[in-house]
Amino acid sequence: MTSTTATPIVETPTAAASTSANAIISVRDLTVAFGSRRVLDGLHLDVTRGEILGFVGASGAGKSVLMRTIIGLVPKVSGTIEVFGTDLDSGDKARREVERRWGILFQHGALFSSLNVRQNIQFPVREYLKVSERLLDEITMAKLTMVGLKPEVADRYPSELSGGMIKRVALARALALDPEIVFLDEPTSGLDPIGAGDFDELVRTLQRTLGLTVFMVTHDLDSLHTACDRIAVLGNGKIIAQGTMADMLASQHPWLREYFHGKRARAVIG
Amino acid sequence: MSGPTLEQIAKGDGLALCAAGSWTARFAPALEKLVGEAEKLTGSRPNIFIDVSQVSKLDTFGAWLIERLRRALTNGGHEAQIAGLSANYATLVDEVRRVKPAVAPPAGGSHLIAVLDGIGRNVHGIGETLVALVDMIGAVIAAWFRVWRHPSKFRLTSVVHHLQQVCWNAVPIVVLITFLIGCIVAQQGIFHFRRFGADVFVVDMLGVLVLRELGVLLVAIMVAGRSGSAYTAELGSMKMREEIDALRTMGFDAIEVLILPRMVALVLALPILAFLGAMAALYGGGLVAWTYGGVDPSSFLSRLREAISINHFIVGMVKAPVMAMVIGIVACVEGLAVQGSAESLGQHTTSSVVKGIFFVIVMDGVFAIFFASIGI
Repeated sequence: MTSTTATPIVETPTAAASTSANAIISVRDLTVAFGSRRVLDGLHLDVTRGEILGFVGASGAGKSVLMRTIIGLVPKVSGTIEVFGTDLDSGDKARREVERRWGILFQHGALFSSLNVRQNIQFPVREYLKVSERLLDEITMAKLTMVGLKPEVADRYPSELSGGMIKRVALARALALDPEIVFLDEPTSGLDPIGAGDFDELVRTLQRTLGLTVFMVTHDLDSLHTACDRIAVLGNGKIIAQGTMADMLASQHPWLREYFHGKRARAVIG
Repeated sequence: MSGPTLEQIAKGDGLALCAAGSWTARFAPALEKLVGEAEKLTGSRPNIFIDVSQVSKLDTFGAWLIERLRRALTNGGHEAQIAGLSANYATLVDEVRRVKPAVAPPAGGSHLIAVLDGIGRNVHGIGETLVALVDMIGAVIAAWFRVWRHPSKFRLTSVVHHLQQVCWNAVPIVVLITFLIGCIVAQQGIFHFRRFGADVFVVDMLGVLVLRELGVLLVAIMVAGRSGSAYTAELGSMKMREEIDALRTMGFDAIEVLILPRMVALVLALPILAFLGAMAALYGGGLVAWTYGGVDPSSFLSRLREAISINHFIVGMVKAPVMAMVIGIVACVEGLAVQGSAESLGQHTTSSVVKGIFFVIVMDGVFAIFFASIGI
């Protein structure tokens, strides 16, 4: 696995000490433990406004844990997390304000199984905005169109959708309130290569049109290659490298070499 | 962030609608009102266009409302134009331009028809339920014979596990509740019989009632609520996560692997629980008869021996396994009927308990008629 040899790792331009002014998410000294097992250990990470950050690491390294800690589903032991410059520990009210400005795509969609697609997408909007039924329906259609689904899908239930459709509907729901940040947990896992490619393209387009910041946990080398502006690598509870795809390819770190120069990687990157 | 505005500026025979401020989700209610007002201008001038150069922030909500306004104005005759789009926002507006007008959700018929429709479906559903129950009984019996011929297929571990769940773990609550019911029945009996000076007959009543009816019925209802619901929820969530399909594809029969062990456990558990329940109720009744009615234990026991025969006990115990079958079959049928949603799981668990209790009481009635006609 990720051995901590003295191999020079990729220089991290946004080094831990300097909080860049543009950071929309900034994680400092984050430690998360389950029992005595430390999953994240003094982790630093900055996400810049408007970028697509791809987040990789071995299975079980704690990628999803970091994402879930940032969005508040996993309690942390120590450290601070700031989103939009607001410390997430500074009270429920501040937290609610922040939560309204992000959208989350869970790995398995997490659509409400007893609501149909239309109701799933409208659910957060109804909660937060007092708008007419007409506008709600129109916005639902707009979101469905944006994620590349046909309007007929609106009246189906999650159990009647294919895997790819579930991901798209979940993305539409994550985007329902036009958030500034979206968290994507393995958005292309379980999709066919064409579907995955479309999804990457979709994320790119949305990022361009809506000015989104995207935090993407992924294993998909294609996604990392085509969709991500920057890549951060998690290992031993810390960020072991971050930078562009070119930086990753140039890295001498053994795990990175294996990840980005393995057989599968060569097929993608060449 | 400044709120959104939409100003009307006349230009010759044309009209410019100048949008400004932030057109975002946060201001959606205000935006909707603005756009609603502006839509009324449709056809008022030959040439209307929308100027968005002053918009400071735009998201899907704003872009859609601008697009909606454009469509409404276009209906007035001339194609309305959007002017002053920055490159960033142009892609967003292009994106929402592809949106087709909303399809309304299918409208329901009249109220009366909906009511009749509901009744019809429910009546039809009763037939389906009965067919499903008979189907399950058949499948379980067939599985039983298969296992009988090849005893190695019998899943003893699973049976023991379920026996612990439905029998051993249920003992405290079953004993407690039946004990209390025994106390209450005895107290009420003594209270009313005392007026005729017939206190001691409370023992007859308690013995017959508890051994023939109350013990087994009460325990069956508790088991339906406790274990029937658990069976339905377990099988239902396995169905939801395609675990049952997985079993089937590996060449296992879901009835043999999942349902038969549960049924066997329940059929063994209910008589045991019914017996313990009956004893607890008699004990509770005896205690009250002693402390409240002044019937001391030795006379309680001798009176009990006179009042009841082994027949009463047998009548009660014979019913227990049958009721267990009924509860188990209903629970398993409901579990396998669960569809994809969490709501469906809840509905079927509820209906498992309701139907289970209903059929237990129906069976009790059938037994009462049967025993009355053969004279025990």
